[in-house]
Amino acid sequence: MSAIISTGAYIPYYRLKREEIVRAWGGAQKGEKAVANFDEDAITMAVEAGRDALHGIDRQTIDGLYFATTTAPYKEKQGAAVIASALNLKKGAFTVDFTDSLRAGTNALRAAMDAVKAGSATNVLVAAADCRLGAPGSEFEQVFGDGAAALVIGKEGSIDLMSGYTHTSEIIDQWRLDSQNFTKKWEDRFVVTQGYLANVSEAVGIFLKQQNTSLKDFNKVALYAPDARGHQEACRMLKLDSKTQVQAPMFDTIGNTGAAFALLILVAAVEEANTDDKLLLVSYGDGCDIFTFHVKEKPAMDKERRGVQGYLKTKNYLPNYEKYIRFRELMKVESGRRRPPYVSSAVVIHRDRRMIYSLNGSECTNCGRPFFPPQRICLYCQAKDQFREISLTERKGKLFTFSKDELAQSLDPPVIVSIVDLEGNLRFYGQMTDRDPDKIELDMPLDLTFRKIGEAEGYYNYFWKCRPVR
Amino acid sequence: MRVDAIKDKVAIIGMGCTKFGENWNMSVEDMLIEAVYEAYADAGVETKDIEAAWLGSVGSAFTGETLGRPLKLKYKPITRIENACGTGMDALRNACFGVACGLYDIVLVAGVEKLKDSGYGGLPEFFFHPVYGQGFTAPGRWAMIAIRYFQTHGIKPEEGKRALAKIAVKNHHNGTFSPKAHFQKEITLEQAINAPIIAWPLGLFDCCPTTDGAAAAIVCSADIAKSFKDDYVLVKGFGVAMGPCLGKEDIDYKYDHLPETEAAARQAYEAVGIKNPRKEISVAQVHDCFSIAELTEYDALGFCERGRAVQEVEAGTFTLEGELPVNTDGGLKAFGHPLGATGLRMCNELYLQLRGKAGPRQVKNPSLGLAMAQGGHPGMLLPIITILGCRD
Repeated sequence: MSAIISTGAYIPYYRLKREEIVRAWGGAQKGEKAVANFDEDAITMAVEAGRDALHGIDRQTIDGLYFATTTAPYKEKQGAAVIASALNLKKGAFTVDFTDSLRAGTNALRAAMDAVKAGSATNVLVAAADCRLGAPGSEFEQVFGDGAAALVIGKEGSIDLMSGYTHTSEIIDQWRLDSQNFTKKWEDRFVVTQGYLANVSEAVGIFLKQQNTSLKDFNKVALYAPDARGHQEACRMLKLDSKTQVQAPMFDTIGNTGAAFALLILVAAVEEANTDDKLLLVSYGDGCDIFTFHVKEKPAMDKERRGVQGYLKTKNYLPNYEKYIRFRELMKVESGRRRPPYVSSAVVIHRDRRMIYSLNGSECTNCGRPFFPPQRICLYCQAKDQFREISLTERKGKLFTFSKDELAQSLDPPVIVSIVDLEGNLRFYGQMTDRDPDKIELDMPLDLTFRKIGEAEGYYNYFWKCRPVR
Repeated sequence: MRVDAIKDKVAIIGMGCTKFGENWNMSVEDMLIEAVYEAYADAGVETKDIEAAWLGSVGSAFTGETLGRPLKLKYKPITRIENACGTGMDALRNACFGVACGLYDIVLVAGVEKLKDSGYGGLPEFFFHPVYGQGFTAPGRWAMIAIRYFQTHGIKPEEGKRALAKIAVKNHHNGTFSPKAHFQKEITLEQAINAPIIAWPLGLFDCCPTTDGAAAAIVCSADIAKSFKDDYVLVKGFGVAMGPCLGKEDIDYKYDHLPETEAAARQAYEAVGIKNPRKEISVAQVHDCFSIAELTEYDALGFCERGRAVQEVEAGTFTLEGELPVNTDGGLKAFGHPLGATGLRMCNELYLQLRGKAGPRQVKNPSLGLAMAQGGHPGMLLPIITILGCRD
């Protein structure tokens, strides 16, 4: 057996109204799409979704991390390794990147369920995230949204995997070359009819026959689609009751989140599921993956867990399309004649890796006082080399003092210089992100989030920032 | 430890200072030669009289040779000092130790910084850590104290902002009497308050400019000072207190006062025997890299009760005509802040004031002067205080 033990989601704080894209390029799309902040990428969003799913779960029990994305920040270097470090997973956890296909998310899910079934892993965290770019002015730019989903897969859980099916179908409908930033596609009707609809129709048909079941047996269908129109066409084709039986695909609120999309719809379906519901998940991308689940017990929502519902509720709008262009660095923008601020050293990052990725501080075992960054000699009692490591990532805090640094270089000035007094009598000093500069005040509640600090030396320098609690 | 060990043992007999500003046509060597030769002329000495030298520079020097090469100081000990914004002041302090112990009779101290060759505005970013504490500027780091200081001491944001603007107006005004200052330009209170914000409450006029400059001093044993100059100035004492530099991380560090600066002031006052700094100090040069620094330093140096600085600014206590004139030459606000030179530039102003040679900005009958160069920012301050006095 294998089961979903826990679910998590991440939807970035910023949304862009599609009317803003229409203002720039024309068209007639409605709603809004989720946009990663300038300091986010697929890795940082997967970390956030992973943290969401791991609330209340001992991280030492996770022995696999499967990261799925089509927008891995590195072409050579594992994203899952960074995520596992930020999530403070044990070193023996098996880490894999599932990439290159829109089906990567459900590929990872299937592999995780197989690993658990086979007994090679007890609990596997599947974290899927994407941050795709459509060329400025393209339909993809309107449709794509950024986000992440995560599932903890284990032997026993409230949502059992009942059955599954997969097939692969080679077709050049949608692609991106190694050298390209923007996703491309063939002519629209070919893509929808010969790629998406043909595959879904064939896969669902074979699967239902194999299982000797019908779509009427499912309370909810979580169905991937390239866009809202494709989704409607597929529902009509499958004769699903669109009012009750179809999980809302969130095109108007998030957009198509690529490799994370099918899982994000599944997570939303799980959040809304009732005891004894049966769920069907259908993904698409170079073929189809299908899964059915039995909700043995309506999942209890940990109050710390934000999920799709929680993240949909907390948002802020990018003021205009130009800000989006700036965040994604789609134009060369004059940054002022200031000295490049960031320098880096892979050696220092390696030496300080537990402080940087797991945000480990020190707690003096002589006087008991904690500190970040970790100190060999205690500031309070002068004890030398008597400390244990403590992780700060899940602590909340209050803004002790701050300033709005308009001079600091950033894609989103001002930089908010922040000192945060955290739970447990210690401080965090760093930047504040996902914030409204006009709504910053002393003692406001904050938590911590894993972000990109810069790209000095040609690699990604990740660290933690604080943010207003969402 | 004998806190008064060097009191009255060392004298300053000559000082020099370049024009501070955008010295496009002067190199580090040019500025050092100008400042040092002015100090030579003032003291009546030549290179052959110099027994040892100290050079202060944060980023414009490479070893003592940066001073030795232009001056042709042959086979003499030259030490290069770096201690952030207190660099020039610490060069003087170390030179004084060399003289006070009796090893040298006449030494040279110089400080220099060339900031305008970089092609960038503002200070260079120094290498600290690839990700930790990254992405902030000096005004951003200093502004963090303003919000807590105002909150703790019950100061409304607009009151605090106005007091800071008054400090900027005062220093700009004083700068108009200083021909060597970077700026000689009055500004109005409205201009200062309404200027573009750099890091609230700091606006453009709350920040010192980016500036080139050099300054120098000839220091000798007090026993022989009289043979060079009747009106030499005596070194009374120093105070230096570097914190553990973890205030941003230490939950006990409250950001409503400057504990390092208070500690340095205690040391200096004890060394000189000062009980009531507000009454006993005649004139002071403090570190106004940003107006909030000067404001909080009034408290820290005991010029007023903690938390009272805003009221004292409103009362005009620290103006040229006030009870305790501060930054009589215009401070960093008017002179800019070539890091290695600043401490010596401050001492130069005390040297002029104590000898009654400060022209239109001269304060009445000064006897003791205090100069403080402040390295770092709240949470990791390095204050270095020098107290100079008139000869008996």
